[in-house]
Amino acid sequence: MEILLVIIIGLLYAAGIYMMLRRSLVKLIIGLILLGNGANLLIFLLGKIVKGQPPIIASSEKMLGELYADPVPQALILTAIVISFGLQAFAIILVKRAYKVVKTDDLDEMNATDEDL
Amino acid sequence: MLIAVISGFIFALVIPMIMGKLKGKSTIWVALLPFSIFGFFLSKLPILLAGDTIKASYQWVPSIGINLDFHLDGLSFLFVLLISGIGTLVFVYTSSYLKGHQYLDRFYAYLSMFMASMLGLVLSDNIYALFIFWELTSISSFFLIGFNNDNPDSRKSAITALAITGFGGLFLMAAMVGLGQITGTSQISALIPLTDSIQSHELYGWVLVFLFIAAFTKSAQFPFHFWLPGAMKAPTPVSTYLHSATMVKAGIYLLARFTPVLGNHEWWNSTLIIVGAITMTYAAIHALFRLDLKGILAYSTISALGILVFLIGLGTKDALLAAAVFILVHALYKATLFLVTGIIDHETGTRDIRQLGGLNKVMLPVGIAAILAAISNAGIPPSFGFVGKDLIYEATLGMGDIAWLLTGLAIITNAALLFAGFLAGIKPFVGKLPEKYQKLHLPSPAMYLPPMLLGILGILFGLAPGLIEGGIIKPVVQSITGGTPDFQLKLWHGFNLILALSAITIGSGIALYFLLKPSEGLLAKVTRFEKISPHTIINKIADAFVGLSRIWTKFFQNGYLRFYLITILSFLCILLAYRFFSGVELYLDTSKLSDVTFYEAVVVVIMATAIFFTVFSNSRLTAVASLGVVGYSFCMIFLFYSAPDLAMTQFSIDTLTVILFVLVLYNLPRYLVLPDNNDKIRDGLLALVFGGLISVLTLEVMNESVTKEISEYYAKNAYILGKGKNVVNVILVDFRGFDTIVEITVLAIAAIGVFGLLKLHLKSTEKE
Repeated sequence: MEILLVIIIGLLYAAGIYMMLRRSLVKLIIGLILLGNGANLLIFLLGKIVKGQPPIIASSEKMLGELYADPVPQALILTAIVISFGLQAFAIILVKRAYKVVKTDDLDEMNATDEDL
Repeated sequence: MLIAVISGFIFALVIPMIMGKLKGKSTIWVALLPFSIFGFFLSKLPILLAGDTIKASYQWVPSIGINLDFHLDGLSFLFVLLISGIGTLVFVYTSSYLKGHQYLDRFYAYLSMFMASMLGLVLSDNIYALFIFWELTSISSFFLIGFNNDNPDSRKSAITALAITGFGGLFLMAAMVGLGQITGTSQISALIPLTDSIQSHELYGWVLVFLFIAAFTKSAQFPFHFWLPGAMKAPTPVSTYLHSATMVKAGIYLLARFTPVLGNHEWWNSTLIIVGAITMTYAAIHALFRLDLKGILAYSTISALGILVFLIGLGTKDALLAAAVFILVHALYKATLFLVTGIIDHETGTRDIRQLGGLNKVMLPVGIAAILAAISNAGIPPSFGFVGKDLIYEATLGMGDIAWLLTGLAIITNAALLFAGFLAGIKPFVGKLPEKYQKLHLPSPAMYLPPMLLGILGILFGLAPGLIEGGIIKPVVQSITGGTPDFQLKLWHGFNLILALSAITIGSGIALYFLLKPSEGLLAKVTRFEKISPHTIINKIADAFVGLSRIWTKFFQNGYLRFYLITILSFLCILLAYRFFSGVELYLDTSKLSDVTFYEAVVVVIMATAIFFTVFSNSRLTAVASLGVVGYSFCMIFLFYSAPDLAMTQFSIDTLTVILFVLVLYNLPRYLVLPDNNDKIRDGLLALVFGGLISVLTLEVMNESVTKEISEYYAKNAYILGKGKNVVNVILVDFRGFDTIVEITVLAIAAIGVFGLLKLHLKSTEKE
């Protein structure tokens, strides 16, 4: 299964980079999201994946048993997901706003500061 | 002593606030600050007379040897009196010169800041504090030169001056660090006994070179001299104070201060003699051809600084005594001439020497001050200048084989300086008064009394050198040479060779004055050589540097996001690929892998398909929907592999993102249809290579063993310490609670941003 996930990570990275290299602002954001997902999966995989052992202490126990999923990468990813949502929301609204002002979402037409316009 | 130094900085902060409230009132009271500092230091005179010094130390950053150690010895005492004394007069003068100026408060703030830094510089006994104060003087000088900030010339001169002196400042830092490395102490007074070990150390040469560059840039020595004439764009009080009496002498101070530590070495002496001699003659001859009064004075100042470097280079007891006296002589007469020039400029509106004459008839007291200064400058008895010049000749004559060469150069320089002094101090006041200046009248006493006082002192010290011998000159010589001084300052030495040399100097200088009339033609002849002057060469180097950085910037900062990305990614790819193929053995441990079940395979296939659609769909809605599918597949994977919290979060966040996208999407244009397939192939290749490399990297990293210490700690203590059964939750809200607070803050900021962008209504003019 790890091999499959590794392939998926590669795919996500490649797709993300490809989208970021396009000229449309919307594609740029989609690319960013894909890249972020790839990174999350990468972190997840590095903590050794385990099936059916969530890091939740059983109600009768005081600590986790021998085999459990690593809680640290999970905490990291959780934070990453939430933060990237903040970024995405802001970026999406910014694109909308920028389009309203400059009437284009073509990055090549947005490479000047307002002084040069 | 700390208060005396710091008060200027505090004053600089406070003064703009006070003065704003007192608009239009007289500002002469500001001079109380330098005056009280002057009084404070003058009260230490008995201690200096007794041959003692004063030390005070305040800890600043003791761990790296940076402390505010102050040391008032003879050399510092002379400079401190010059700084605060001339400072007082300049403050008084300014109150009338810039009366009612819009930014007078700022001007005083910069001046006080400068004064404080300069005091710190000459009092500092710590090599690092010395450097800090040194840089502060450069910075305040920058503000003062650029004071007329609506004049492009002013701004350019200010930048040139800052570039040159700041450049030198960095070398000072290097020299000081070098000294600290060699000796392990940062106290200047503690360095003196270590002279021998410093001079035999292999770093000695470097320290010397760095120190020289610092001193030469600050004291406008050839070939760095050209910033000083440019600095004359500053208001005249600034030229008087910084660019003739005090700041430009900081380099001289530095050399004098380190004479007992680094001096008396072949390299030290010959470099200083050569540079000083070139500067003094070069600048003196330049001064002959100037038409602008301040230009004349600027070049004669450079020449005088050259004389000082030259004298310190000679290094004999006579020469150092001559240097000590000449610092004071020069400060007195040059400040007077500058102040007088300021009055002329203020009243007549011109500084062109050809148009000025006969001003004695309308402003006699100013004329008297100027003529007194010109006499001292010329070294005509009984002025203090005469004493100074005698000492210079005595020093050059004592140099053995090369005595006549050095004396000859000194005579040429002094004659040209005399000419320059007469031009600035006598020419505007004698002869016929032009029609247009008939109506002029005497300026306020605040303007003519300061130069008058300095002019009179220049004669008084000549008549009675005993006044300053014991309290000032002897301690100075003592602190430069280290020995007990055994000389007496005298005006009259009797008829001897030195007197004859003086007579030759005065005679030829006066002859020059009557023969050489300043004119455009002569100036043009000199300006022809500008093409090969250091100024032009250094400017060209600077221009070339700017050009180079512009090309560099245009190449890398071309404004196309994808080229930035391509550059960064290509570099990363090359780096990664090189590492994989050169140093890592690729292998995969299949035994550790887990099995693939059917439903997992399905999820992976769905995910791959969704990624494919996201990238290649022409419809934006399809792309966003596929993005949603990718996200939900993530939820499944998280769920399979024991991460229910992640699955929950991913699910809700993904839903929100897709909704947001769909809401915004209909305001946006359709995708551009671009025919260029080459771009797509290039980007596709780069993306695939990068993705592939990341995959390989991931596989390799998975082979490494992971330390589980942190995870184990959390697993053990989540319930015991955090009282929670869901370990991930406990980590987030308890163990790393502060991080989560920051995260929430970030989200709140993003939310405010989103809200602001949505609610922002631009005015019609801003929409374009």
